[in-house]
Amino acid sequence: MNAPTRVTAPASAAVGSAGRGNRLRRSTLLRHLAVALVAALLLVAASYGLEPFRNFQLATVAAYLCATAGLTVLTGLNGQLSLGHGALMATGAYTVALTQGRFLDSGVTSGWLLVVSLLASVLVTVAVGAVIGLAAARLRGPYLAGLTLAVAVVVPAVAITFDGVFGGEQGLSVPVEPPPLALGPYFPYERWQAWLAGAAMLLTMLLLANLVRSRFGRALRAVRDDEVAARLAGIHVGRTQVLAFVVSAGCAGLGGGLLAVLAQSVSPGAFSLTLSLFLLMAIVIGGLGSLAGAVWGAVLLVALPDLTHSVTELFTLSPSVAQRWEGNLPLAIFGVTLIVVMIAAPGGIHGLLTRAGRLLARRRRP
Amino acid sequence: MQRFARRGLAVATSLALLTSVAACGDDGGSGGGGAPVPGVTDTEIVVGTHMPLTGPAAAGYSSIAPATKAYFDYVNANGGVHGRKITYKIMDDGYNPANTQQVVRQLVLQDKVFAILNGLGTPTHTGVLDFLKSNRVPDLFVASGSRSWDQPEKYPFTFGYNTDYTVEGKILATYIKANHAGQKVCFLGQDDDFGRDSLVGVEKILGAGTVAAKQTYVTSNTNVAPQIGAFKAAGCQVVVLATVPGFTALSIGTAARLAFKPQWVVSNVGADYNTLAKSLGEAAPLLEGVVGTNYMPMNNDTANPWIQLFTKVNQAHNGGAPFDGNTVYGMSVGYLFVQALLAAGKDLTRDSLVAAVEKGGFQGPGLAPLRFSRTDHSGYGGARMSRVTAGVQGYFGPAYETDEVDGPVREYAVAPATPPVNGIPTVS
Repeated sequence: MNAPTRVTAPASAAVGSAGRGNRLRRSTLLRHLAVALVAALLLVAASYGLEPFRNFQLATVAAYLCATAGLTVLTGLNGQLSLGHGALMATGAYTVALTQGRFLDSGVTSGWLLVVSLLASVLVTVAVGAVIGLAAARLRGPYLAGLTLAVAVVVPAVAITFDGVFGGEQGLSVPVEPPPLALGPYFPYERWQAWLAGAAMLLTMLLLANLVRSRFGRALRAVRDDEVAARLAGIHVGRTQVLAFVVSAGCAGLGGGLLAVLAQSVSPGAFSLTLSLFLLMAIVIGGLGSLAGAVWGAVLLVALPDLTHSVTELFTLSPSVAQRWEGNLPLAIFGVTLIVVMIAAPGGIHGLLTRAGRLLARRRRP
Repeated sequence: MQRFARRGLAVATSLALLTSVAACGDDGGSGGGGAPVPGVTDTEIVVGTHMPLTGPAAAGYSSIAPATKAYFDYVNANGGVHGRKITYKIMDDGYNPANTQQVVRQLVLQDKVFAILNGLGTPTHTGVLDFLKSNRVPDLFVASGSRSWDQPEKYPFTFGYNTDYTVEGKILATYIKANHAGQKVCFLGQDDDFGRDSLVGVEKILGAGTVAAKQTYVTSNTNVAPQIGAFKAAGCQVVVLATVPGFTALSIGTAARLAFKPQWVVSNVGADYNTLAKSLGEAAPLLEGVVGTNYMPMNNDTANPWIQLFTKVNQAHNGGAPFDGNTVYGMSVGYLFVQALLAAGKDLTRDSLVAAVEKGGFQGPGLAPLRFSRTDHSGYGGARMSRVTAGVQGYFGPAYETDEVDGPVREYAVAPATPPVNGIPTVS
């Protein structure tokens, strides 16, 4: 990663009156920081305005966003398909569960231990991602899909096979400290969860956004568009691909770790092959190739099951029909949405919005 | 300029989305003008549950909650409990602990249910115990025989219902000891507390180390050929199954394919004949001679007044759904919950409900004693053996009761209560 070559003023000077100043427009880092700051303020405001359950969902969106953003970098920007990101999330989740459990056993208690556990989950997943990435860099198209698919199937199976460590299908519980007392004795737990996941998500998004706009990001896209041309331009294709996998895996690990913290438990059922496929579908529907698309994807992942449940509640169905609907409807809706989006708006939700924005801008011009 | 328009639009859309989400965030709940108790108004009690309506354990279990709901509808049609109608929200978790986390949070935080009733599954419900405790939600009559529900100190609001797996294991083993002495006994259990607790009970009676081969299965893998093959190789003559119905059927079907015919002795939660026969289809005759346990009246015992009542309710409020052991189970849970609500009195709070259950003294359709007290949250404390003869599942021998530790297995001779005339309990 290369630091911006331009000299940057302190952020405080840039944000505020100079919001449209030249410096802000020219410095990627400052612009991203400003966006992150606004997003953070919005998150905090939302966490005060929302019901506990909505806060929990907001936190879940943030956790998923870490993973979908990472997957967007890999698939959207670098052109490597991964059907195994659910398994990488599982790796992160189990790491958090095991480290938190170990801390509890050894009698260490501190709010900061969670940060340590989450960092551990990123590191472990990065290591796993590096191994998969090394293999993935040598594969193309369906072979790559096959390899990552195998990962998606193997990781939950490992958790079940070594049930002594991973607790089998019942999984493990994740001991999590209550919110810090400094926030007051009755601080809602779900709001705390939203803050926690939101902070991790914003940090991830900030780093990814900078990465995408950097030289490395350009290399990613170059490799996606034309490997030969990229080689001629002096880009090390293999290394770029492995790095893309590593970055993306680290994000997935963090996302999985956050999910484990939110649910206070992990089980292989949470990270089935379906999740891996859902992640991929989510970023395609959200809009492949831009981090904003990943945001829509993460929102979809949380909103759809909820939405379908509301839909089934609208109709008074016979019990047997309702039963059949209940579990399968989200899958069906996801699939249909994917097909419709691919036909009608290949750019996904974000593509649609950008187009609408362009139309607006054009209309405003005399 | 373009970029700002785009970004502005994006931010505006997100904000619109957020506000709409916030706006529809207040549609669930009681809406009873600031009712002090979640899920309770003057006219309604909202209760929730999590059930496997889809997935590996849906076979049989998916008809439990509709049966409970049907009984509630019957009570509602007759004026409800203290003038309140019971609304039963059934959430599908697919027997996946991760989904259970989600749907139970939705029930408690969004729908603001008064209590969770009969949440099904050992691995699924284990994961939400702490969440329910920290939100002080009554967690009544869990549909599982795990011993985890009976921890009044640790989980003061959680109560079991099923005969616990260790008690049942002791009763199964007592039958084996009396009828299959000297034969090779093997054990297949689900790879969680369900299988483990059951094995503890079996070994308490037969003695540790007497079980020749022990195997486990996971619900995500529907191939039990390796386990059954191991039993065949070990020369098992009696196989104890601590399995959900789908895996009881799988085990029996797989064994038939391997030409392996032991005496099957099955845990109550996986022994309902109608469910198994449906799963096995053409191969249903394989169930001949299968031994199981139960603590509810048999669904085919048309002379039993409880069965007559539940059949009537099933016709009127459950669309005449197939009437099997799960239907009887679901309705009996509904009956007990109505008893608890009545005992909690007109001034219904979460504490008064828990206190009413702890007071105990409930009489219902069960053949075994219901053991609720301040120090015991376990539920039914015994069972009776059943056998499939000529395609009909029926009881034989006496009902037994025992505890989950080293107490003896005793006969339980108290006859079950008769149902009230209109089928709705009164305040005792």
